[in-house]
Amino acid sequence: MLSVNDIYKVFNPGTVNEKVALRNVTVTLEEGDFVTLIGGNGAGKSTLLNSIAGVFPIDKGSIVIDGVDVTKLSEHKRASLLGRVFQDPMMGTAANMWIEENLALAFRRGKKRTLKWGITHKERMMYKELLEPLGLGLENRLTTKVGLLSGGQRQALTLLMATLKRPKLLLLDEHTAALDPKTAQKVLELSDQFIKEGNLTTLMITHNMRDAIKYGNRLIMMHDGHIILDIKGEEKKKLTVENLLERFGKVSGEEFANDRALLA
Amino acid sequence: MLQIILGAVSLGLLWAIMTIGVYITYRILDIADLTVEGTLAMGAAIAAQAITSGVNPYAATGLALVGGLIAGFTTGILHTQLKIPALLSGILTMIALYSINLRIMGKANISLLRMDTVYTWLQNLGLSDTNAVIALGLVFVLVIVCFLYWFFGTEIGCAIRATGNNPKMVRAQGINTDTMKIIGLVLSNGLVAISGALIAQSQSFADVQMGTGSIVIGLASVIIGEVLFGKKNFFSRLISLVLGAITYRIIIALVLKMGMPANDLKLFTAITVAIALSLPVFRSYLNPVKISLKEGR
Ligand SMILES: Nc1ncnc2c1ncn2[C@@H]1O[C@H](COP(=O)(O)OP(=O)(O)OP(=O)(O)O)[C@@H](O)[C@H]1O
Ligand SMILES: [Mg+2]
Repeated sequence: MLSVNDIYKVFNPGTVNEKVALRNVTVTLEEGDFVTLIGGNGAGKSTLLNSIAGVFPIDKGSIVIDGVDVTKLSEHKRASLLGRVFQDPMMGTAANMWIEENLALAFRRGKKRTLKWGITHKERMMYKELLEPLGLGLENRLTTKVGLLSGGQRQALTLLMATLKRPKLLLLDEHTAALDPKTAQKVLELSDQFIKEGNLTTLMITHNMRDAIKYGNRLIMMHDGHIILDIKGEEKKKLTVENLLERFGKVSGEEFANDRALLA
Repeated sequence: MLQIILGAVSLGLLWAIMTIGVYITYRILDIADLTVEGTLAMGAAIAAQAITSGVNPYAATGLALVGGLIAGFTTGILHTQLKIPALLSGILTMIALYSINLRIMGKANISLLRMDTVYTWLQNLGLSDTNAVIALGLVFVLVIVCFLYWFFGTEIGCAIRATGNNPKMVRAQGINTDTMKIIGLVLSNGLVAISGALIAQSQSFADVQMGTGSIVIGLASVIIGEVLFGKKNFFSRLISLVLGAITYRIIIALVLKMGMPANDLKLFTAITVAIALSLPVFRSYLNPVKISLKEGR
């Protein structure tokens, strides 16, 4: 479903701020894989997701999504393959536009925009039905500006938007990190439910080790621009935070450092 | 007095078209586009030159529109493809247009006295000059408002609105934000050029300096409209722009009548706009909670 082949990314090359963010990263996701991605600050997790999404060009290597080589495609051209939720709840929606308008934009992801109405009556009915099970009461607020919603509501909405048109690959970048713990759990449960129901191939960054172990069928750890651990199947099920930390120490020769990582 | 008000209304209606153009870039796309200063004069220049060459005034206004579309397209390319900051792209086109407008007219101004204009047939029906401008201005404004109300409800229109709001999200939805910005700039400058053409015909001359300061007048009208006439839904917003442009003209007519020298007009307008734009800052001192809610966008 996704194959990342030997990709390399340097920021600000040739300056004092030069930073190699990805050093020859190679990874393949099978259809239906739900991968949790962890790693210390600056390990290159976001850079990997952004490279896949095409936010910036990569320096070496190639990226293939569902058989399509997207390495040279611009961000909006690969959007039809991807669903994305960002860390910042402000990032995934247009705040000045209504809930239904945001959904309508997402419903047309990857389609050519025309002079047809931006939203149809039939769609509104569908959005109502889809919003109801979120249990946030949004189904009765279709013409509320998204800017008036809470962070958790916005992330739930962004999640719905990301999956409204089934993506080949769902990219979640610490999408619960800005929420209070209770809301974060809710949004995470919701993500898990969406992913299971849709059998969505997913790459989810989290800084919470327990969540990384609890969710998904595969766990990848990055460090200093490399993938240093890739744990799947039965082995993943048996993981604990302690032996994850221990294995990290063995592979990297350092202690795990992420100021937001929840270790206990 | 009534004559002064009617005059202000007629001028306001023509400037309303320009105001709507400014609104599209400034509020919808979140770009301060200075191209309009050149485009307004360009609309006037093209229409005046065409009319004096014997072209039908409506066709001449249409030519002005085409000129405006091209000007907007130029700024769009400079900004999105050549990656020049929006403000600077607009300034570059505006400066270039100054020379181009001189070339179009062949001199600094053209008189349209005793020429047939878009208003002539209404005057022939017995309407006064001012009433003819009001009647035709109303028709133009209504058609444009209806067109934009429809357009910004379409898929492309929604994509443009979202682009000004959160371009990152828009790209994630598979939309080319560059294209959307170009369409917005093209549309905006097209409207401004029509406005310039209609203004020139109503005042019976086109002048290469006509556009100077027009961006500030446009902004003033946008803000007056928003403050005084609300912004409930898109349609009422469009109407409020028209009312804002008219109100601005009435205010100007009144302060002139009260004895302010005409030379101070631009200073007066600039100060008004500066105050209006800084209102949110003052409000945040008075009511911090409400503002921080608003900024949670
Ligand atoms: N746009 C950029 N310009 C310059 N340097 C960048 C940029 N984005 C990331 N970097 C650098 O690349 C490295 C990897 O950053 P990245 O954001 O991928 O880390 P991360 O694993 O997501 O970390 P975190 O857990 O803090 O989010 C960091 O050193 C970061 O400073
Ligand atoms: Mg990150």
